[in-house]
Amino acid sequence: MPKREILDPQGKAVLGALPRLGFEGVVDVRQGKRFEVEVEGAPDDERLAEVRRMAETLLANPVIEDFVVTVEAVEPAERERDDV
Amino acid sequence: MRIGVVTFPGSLDDADAARAVRLAGGEAVALWHGDADLHGVDAVVLPGGFSYGDYLRCGAISRFAPVMTEVVAWAGRGLPVLGICNGFQILCESHLLPGALIRNDHRKFVCRDQRLRIENNRTPWTSAYAENAEVTIVLKNGEGGFVADEPTLDRLEGEGRVVARYLDDNPNGSLHDIAGITNEHGNVVGLMPHPEHAVEDLTGAGTDGLGFFAGLTALTAR
Repeated sequence: MPKREILDPQGKAVLGALPRLGFEGVVDVRQGKRFEVEVEGAPDDERLAEVRRMAETLLANPVIEDFVVTVEAVEPAERERDDV
Repeated sequence: MRIGVVTFPGSLDDADAARAVRLAGGEAVALWHGDADLHGVDAVVLPGGFSYGDYLRCGAISRFAPVMTEVVAWAGRGLPVLGICNGFQILCESHLLPGALIRNDHRKFVCRDQRLRIENNRTPWTSAYAENAEVTIVLKNGEGGFVADEPTLDRLEGEGRVVARYLDDNPNGSLHDIAGITNEHGNVVGLMPHPEHAVEDLTGAGTDGLGFFAGLTALTAR
């Protein structure tokens, strides 16, 4: 996500569009990115540390963005569906 | 004077940058993003464009191109490096320059002749200009808003590292009207406007941009 103190023009554009569609009472919108990184094996501490390094190095620019890493299990059936 | 101009996939202004180098009396050497070799050049220009389609963030993927490993290493040893527009974004992503460039505050692409003040003429790229020279150079960007935290801005201002500042009207929301900055040693310069498009009377906004390339040639000719 863009840091709080960094202007987010995309979020501002969305904020401007919502009232035009009848959505009232929205005071702010900020727009970020989500990466789904699928890894081999169990997401142990070592693996998660590596994903954080990926985030710091390439996926996010820590000068202007904050990031969080969360773990979600991928169901085998879901993976097959994605491959179709 | 051999000045390398890097071509990334999606670079647009590499040919104009090479032409500007030649018009200023230098020899332009084409460098390739995938080639981890600067071929002994005396300076490097990272040109404008949309390298790697601006995917992820502008300059984020170019930073890891094989040629950039060499540019970063040699910049640390004092090699003059000029990043223009997308090149400026690449220099920030590479941490050769502080801060970052974000989408224009008004969310529109801007393309116009921009008045600038050259506030630091002690870099190899700006030595042809008088201090505080006011020039007109082409500007074209969608993500040209320079941002940095307050301590960084204070340091840039305090150390005289703002190389160029927008005059009249801030075109993109850049903090402190910053159009260009330099690193601590003054050899790396990032600039959002395009001096390589202002080098001939036939096209563009006069020839005020030529100084960015002429200064370097004059320095090494001495």
